[in-house]
Parts: sequence; C-alpha cells; structure tokens
Amino acid sequence: MSHFTEIWVYLSSSPLLHLTLTLIAYQIGDWAYKRSGGLAVLNPVLLAVAMLVAVLLITDTDYGTFFEGAKFVHFLLGPATVALAIPLYNQLEQVKRSLPALLSSLALGSATGALAAIGIAWALGAGPTVVASIAPKSVTVAIAMGVSAEIGGLPSLTAMLVLLTGITGAMFGPALLHLLCVRDSRAKGLALGAASHGIGTARAVQIDETAGAFSGIAMGLNGLLTAAMLPLIWRWLF
Amino acid sequence: MLWALTALLAFQLAGEALVAWLQLPAPGPVVGMALLFIALIIRGGAPKALAETSRGLLSHLSLMFVPAGVGVTLHLTVLADSGAVIGVALFVSTLAAIAVTGLAMTWAMRLSKRKGGQE
Repeated sequence: MSHFTEIWVYLSSSPLLHLTLTLIAYQIGDWAYKRSGGLAVLNPVLLAVAMLVAVLLITDTDYGTFFEGAKFVHFLLGPATVALAIPLYNQLEQVKRSLPALLSSLALGSATGALAAIGIAWALGAGPTVVASIAPKSVTVAIAMGVSAEIGGLPSLTAMLVLLTGITGAMFGPALLHLLCVRDSRAKGLALGAASHGIGTARAVQIDETAGAFSGIAMGLNGLLTAAMLPLIWRWLF
Repeated sequence: MLWALTALLAFQLAGEALVAWLQLPAPGPVVGMALLFIALIIRGGAPKALAETSRGLLSHLSLMFVPAGVGVTLHLTVLADSGAVIGVALFVSTLAAIAVTGLAMTWAMRLSKRKGGQE
C-alpha cells in the first residue's frame, strides 16, 4: 500500500498525469455523448469536467497542481481562437448578402443577453465579482475569460458559466425558436451562435448547413463585439 | 502543419503585442483572429496547410474548455452562496438572447426583402 502511495505521489507531481487524465476524461465524455446520439445533457465538456472535479476532490489535489498538466491543453485555446478567422472568411459571401439584418439582430441579441444577465444577477443580489463573471457568458470561452478578467470577474468562474450557457442554449434554444415561429435557418443559426457560442453552433450544425454557417458567424462576430463593447458598457454602468 | 501552427501563434503574438501597445480592450487572441481575417481578405484565401491545421484544431475546440472548466473547484463556495442566482440569471438571459436574436433576424430579413426585393 505504501509502495502504491509512493508511486502516486511521484506521478501526481509530474504534469504528465493530469494532462493524460484530461485527455482521457474528454474522450470518455465524447464517447458517451456520441453513444447517446448527441443528447445535450451528456455534453462531453460537462462530463469531462464533472469526472475531473470528482478525481481532484477524491485524491485531494488542488487546482494548481491539476493545471500544471492541463495547461498544455488550455494553451491551445489561443491559436484555436485565431484559427476561427478561417471559417469566418469562408462564409464571407453568404454573410455579405444579409449583412444589415445580421448585424442589427446580432447587436440587439448580444446586448439583450449581456444586459439581462447583468440585470438579473444584480437584482437578485449577486456581488460585483459574480456579476462581472456572468456578463460575458455568451461568447466563446477564450474571449469570455479575457473580458471577465478585464472587468473584474473571475476567469475560471466565467469559463464554467460559458459552458453552462452553451448547454442551456443548445438544450432549450431550438424548442424556443420553434415556439416563436422562427422558421428561417439563418435566423435559427444566428440566434444559437449569438447566445450559446460553440456549443450552440454544434447544435445549429445539426439543423442544417445554413444554420451552422450563420451560427459560426454569430459566434465569431459576437466574440469581437463583446470584447470591444462590454468593457466600455461596464465602465459606463458601474 | 508546423508552419501553419507557427503562423497561428505568430498572429496571436501580434495580437497580444498590439493589445499591450495600444491598450486595446480586447483579448490578444481575438485581435490575432481579426489580423488573420484581414490577412485572408488581402491574400484572397487561406493556404491549404493553414486551413487543414485550423480545421483540426477547431474540431477539438471543446476539449480546450475542459481545464478552465475544472476551475469550478476554486469556486465551490461561490456556487454554494449564489448558485441559484447564477442559475436564474444564466437561464433567463440565454433564452432572452436567443428569442431576441431569432425574432429580430426574421423581421429584419422580411423587411429588407420587402424594401429591396432581394435578400
């Protein structure tokens, strides 16, 4: 037993262990998600996070030790965000055609999401750090974490809220849009991408190609819009 | 592959540098994305290697959320304190954003169709 403990202590002091665990947990999550036929509640990220949190709590490992390994995966968010320029460019022609409608709807929806989140959290008595962490929840995580840090939120709390926002939108968005008689794929995709970033986009792709394309555009543009506008609005509000 | 990854990192680095230099209110990688977008417009498309590497990287985008997501362990007390508030704010604001964006887009496209006879 003590021999096993020794090996564990040795391994857990190296970044290799938690990097490997991160990759394994994600792949288990992805497998379960695909096996279920894409059930929104079995979101692979949610499952992976739940498994890893359980492992950290059971083995009494602190987040800093875990992140020493997981940071190699986390680092890739930067270049991946830069890479979003390519799908955005590929859809340029389609975007140009409905640009005025797209931009005005996106600005309205983006403002509604952020202001409603700020307003509700504030009205229900959340502290300023929590409110600042919720505000950028509708954009892709790399951008949201940057904006959160800038307006005084907790980036790691924001990351979790971004995740939950994505899952909420993917789960309930399509039914809500149906209820509101929104039938156009461009409108459906734009709404899912604007409110629920990548996870919403993954759901929009399942509707059809047009919805997927417009969701990707909405995700990219809302990222830029939020990064540019939210810190300014925040300074004006508080 | 290596070249494409270097290019992505170089654009990110340029983005970070520009943010630090001009005190921009946006994260470095986002400015990097904008710079790459401008470069693609000037060049008229992405080189094959860059398009392939980007596709590979983006297909695993959700994996990259995981390390930050596990950071929830840092905030278990925050969640215990204001979990309900956070839940209500997230749920209502997300559905409101979806409803407003979807309806606005539907109406705006209908309007431009009526006005210009085109979409």
